[in-house]
Amino acid sequence: MKILVCISNVPDTTTKITFTNDNTQFNTAGVQFIVNPYDEIALSRAIELCEGGKGTVTVINVGESQTDPTIRKALAIGADDAVRINAAPRDAYFTAYQIAEYAKTTEFDMILCGRESIDYNGSQVAAMIGEFLDIPSISIIKKLDYDGTTATLEREIEGGKEVISVTGKFIASCSEGTAEPKIPNMRGIMSARTKPLVVIEAKDIEQVAKVQQFETPPPRGTVKLVPAEETAKLIDLLHQEAKVI
Amino acid sequence: MSVLVYVEQVDGKFKKSVFEAVSYAKAIADKQGSNLTAVSIGNVDESELKALGNYGASKVLNVSNDQLKNFVNQAYASIIAEAAKKESTDIIVLSNSFSGKGLAPRIAVKLKAGLVDGAVELPQLDGGKFLVKKTAFSGKAFAITELTSAIKIIALNPNAFGIKESAVDATVEAFSPEIKATDLSAIVKEIVRATNKVSLPDAEIVVSGGRGLKGPENWGMIEELAGLLGAATACSKPVSDADWRPHSEHVGQTGIAISPNLYIAIGISGAIQHLAGVSSSKVIVVINKDPEAPFFKVADYGIVGDAFEVVPKLIEALKAHKG
Repeated sequence: MKILVCISNVPDTTTKITFTNDNTQFNTAGVQFIVNPYDEIALSRAIELCEGGKGTVTVINVGESQTDPTIRKALAIGADDAVRINAAPRDAYFTAYQIAEYAKTTEFDMILCGRESIDYNGSQVAAMIGEFLDIPSISIIKKLDYDGTTATLEREIEGGKEVISVTGKFIASCSEGTAEPKIPNMRGIMSARTKPLVVIEAKDIEQVAKVQQFETPPPRGTVKLVPAEETAKLIDLLHQEAKVI
Repeated sequence: MSVLVYVEQVDGKFKKSVFEAVSYAKAIADKQGSNLTAVSIGNVDESELKALGNYGASKVLNVSNDQLKNFVNQAYASIIAEAAKKESTDIIVLSNSFSGKGLAPRIAVKLKAGLVDGAVELPQLDGGKFLVKKTAFSGKAFAITELTSAIKIIALNPNAFGIKESAVDATVEAFSPEIKATDLSAIVKEIVRATNKVSLPDAEIVVSGGRGLKGPENWGMIEELAGLLGAATACSKPVSDADWRPHSEHVGQTGIAISPNLYIAIGISGAIQHLAGVSSSKVIVVINKDPEAPFFKVADYGIVGDAFEVVPKLIEALKAHKG
């Protein structure tokens, strides 16, 4: 079995988000980059499925050389090898196209990725890869079992879940619950340095979306405190002033 | 030129988020001076389809087919792309729901269309550019995104635009594009849906609990408060990590981002990752015994006090308020 896992290089979750150049660029100064937390879940599930010599896991990243430390982190967690498609990921369409083109050149049983990246929050790449490859895509799963030919997946829906079965190649985007994120151990960290990381060049494709500018949310006013002994007053405020109940 | 809106049905009915997407699409069609067509897939009654006129759809393409009773994104994407071609659509609108997220990207690839998901405002069409504002960095920022493709797709965040009524007479037209067998290769085995609960992403009011509640056995009062308010329940990351509550209730940067009209946070300190997922709520109420909790800095209303004393009082006051 071979599993491809797509990983994205994103700012650490504690990052205070600021922008430069007239709010057109994300300010990376002093920012720690990590493996996108949802991709880490996907990677952890892929490693579990391949445990005991059942298969291998290849991580794929679309990025320039500064993402290599993030790729090495994924190798330390337990991926067997890595491919970096050498380009700045300009939009989801571009990223998905690059990964799909790579997938056409290699054998695989499934592709896993995270439900969305925590920077641009587009949950687009998985389903786009599915369409480029004309294979089923299941977005936002919370459970994945695989018997070697058929996968059983649980997908999140509003107020519940849906159980889906797929035979043959597929792609799924993973959310919490699919696996517990694995933490690299010392042996993993040591071996990550020598695991293969192949760099390939990106292919050209028309650009369809482009971020023109960023905005930060307007600051909120100061909090109106209601004394604990006058709790009932809160209901009046929400009803008469805020008009939300 | 036309605008197409996909209307997602659940058991043959449309939810509020669908009427919101139709209202939003109608506003775009008005800006553009074109007509709005809705496309419905699955078995929906004629009267339910005609009611889409109340929000501005002048035509409804009805794809009624037993094979398509359950949502299969591959097949649904093919149908919507065919509908877009038939209607010479240049803008497609849908809800940024769980199904929408699995659907829109596939349509985008079929039509070489740019896609903005998580839109929070109407597109700006000034200066020949097509700009859409969307949430980014998990609610810590917004990104104004330009779509440069001929066909554009917008997935609208729930509660971002609201429902606007129109008085349009909708004509319902049967539509039966061909469906490839490979488009139906993913099989829906089971659907489990709690019918008595308000779904979290669509909820107008959300009551959320954190570690301050000390254990899963104390969620009774959270559920009671939510029940009285017609609210959905949610929780912070430490709570779902400890399995006090299911992961599907975790709101925040690595959970789901929500934007209800009212968010009530009980016993949640307000870590930056949590705030990211809820900061676009219109009104935030924080109940916490620690006056230094960072959540108070972004709250509209707050009570410094013990949740175990405050919440029961709140429930009582709410019962009195409802009479």
